[in-house]
Formats: sequence, structure tokens, C-alpha cells
Amino acid sequence: MKTPISSIILVLFSSFVGSFGAVGLKLGAERLGGGIAKLLTNYWLAVGVALYLISSVFYMMGISQGELTVLFPMISLGYIWALLWARLLFKEQFTVAKVGGLALIVFGVALINLGNA
Amino acid sequence: MSSSAVIANPAIESAAARKSFALMFCCTLIGALAQIMLKTGTAQVGAHITLGQVVHQPSLFFKFALGILTNPRTFFGYLLYGVNTVLVALALKGRELSRLYPIIALTYVWVTFLSIFVLPGEHLNVYRVLGIAAIVTGVSVLGLKK
Repeated sequence: MKTPISSIILVLFSSFVGSFGAVGLKLGAERLGGGIAKLLTNYWLAVGVALYLISSVFYMMGISQGELTVLFPMISLGYIWALLWARLLFKEQFTVAKVGGLALIVFGVALINLGNA
Repeated sequence: MSSSAVIANPAIESAAARKSFALMFCCTLIGALAQIMLKTGTAQVGAHITLGQVVHQPSLFFKFALGILTNPRTFFGYLLYGVNTVLVALALKGRELSRLYPIIALTYVWVTFLSIFVLPGEHLNVYRVLGIAAIVTGVSVLGLKK
């Protein structure tokens, strides 16, 4: 079985949408505390969870065809978006570890897709 | 013994850390199992949809979402993920996230092994093994403090 490009695109798109879910959860987590009522009206948490659910539907569309050995590791590309949003929105610094880790992840995903050809 | 003395006790602190590591390790196994269930379930849900088709016909998204909600395997896979998320949150209470990245990265290894042994039409080659190794190393170093 060969993994179709359309599946790869869907999983990439899913990781992109999911990274905004992480942003929502982070914004929500910054507003945590103050009991159940405050938790239930924490709309950033709701936005984060909703984005994660939406991204999961695209992921499921993606894995419905093709190999999981190719598609699942592509989720790790979500770290790229997440670190980018962390830098842009939350002013978190890039470190040698983060940039090195990302480079290894991109290299790994590229290798896996070479193995798909 | 006061509560602050308990927290300052390194033996108890490392016991809590070990518990966190063990719990996160279990989470990676549960997460991998959930992946296999989701994969086998989606194969039952229906015809393959592309992103382009969803853009042209957004109702396809909801149709597919309804399909995975009503399929027992994908439903149970999601449920397993929900339980897993709660367990991950518990594990994070005992140890900071950055120290747990190397364990979290194991999920890529479990999913690969389970896929090969359980799913039809999956195969490994040198590229894929090296690729997984690079990703696991990459995710592991993300949390290092430099």
C-alpha cells in the first residue's frame, strides 16, 4: 500500500489546525483558577478544545487511507507551528535545544517520506 | 513532620518523579493503542475524502465527523484518548513537561511497531527506521534547558 499525497496533506493540515488548539489551551490555562463557574466560562479553553476536535477530524480523514507508519510521525511537525506561535504570541525564546530538536524532526519526517517513494 | 519537610525530602520527591515517569510511560502505550483503533475504524467509515473536496463541499466534513462518532472503533479510540489526556495531566503534576519529552517520544516507536504487526499493508524500511529515530531524538531534546 502506498500512502496517497492527499492523506499527507490532510495530516499536515490537521497538525496546523491543532497547533492553534494549543494556543487556545495556553490562553485558557493563563486564566485558570477561581472555581467551576470560571472554568466553564473560560472560552479560550473551549476554543482550544474545539480546534483540537476539528483538527482530529482532518487527521482521521487523512489516516483513513495510507500507512500509519508514514502518517502518524507527521504529527510531530505540529511542534514547528507550536514553537512558532509560542515565539510570536507568547514571546517565548528560541533555544538551541528547540531549533536543534525541530531540525531533527523535519529531517525525520523527510526521511520517512523518502521511504514512501 | 510538617508538610514542607515532606516536600523537601529528596527520597519522596524522587518517588513522585518516578511515579510521573511510569504514568507517562503507560500513557504512551495507551496513546499508541488508541491510534491503532482510530486507524482501523476510519478504514470502515467510508470513501476517502481529500482536503480539496472538503473546501468545495463543507458538508463532507460533518458527514465524516458523524461517521467517526457512530463507528464503535473510532468512538472507543476517542474515548481512550480522553482517558489518556487526563492521565497525562496527572503525570504532568509530578514532573515538568520538559523532563517528560523523551518518554512522550516513545509513542512514535510503539505506533510504528503496532502498525507493522497489527495493520495490513504497513511496512518498514531503512528510511523509516532512521526517520523515526530522528523524530524521537528531536522530540527528546526539545525540552532541554539550553
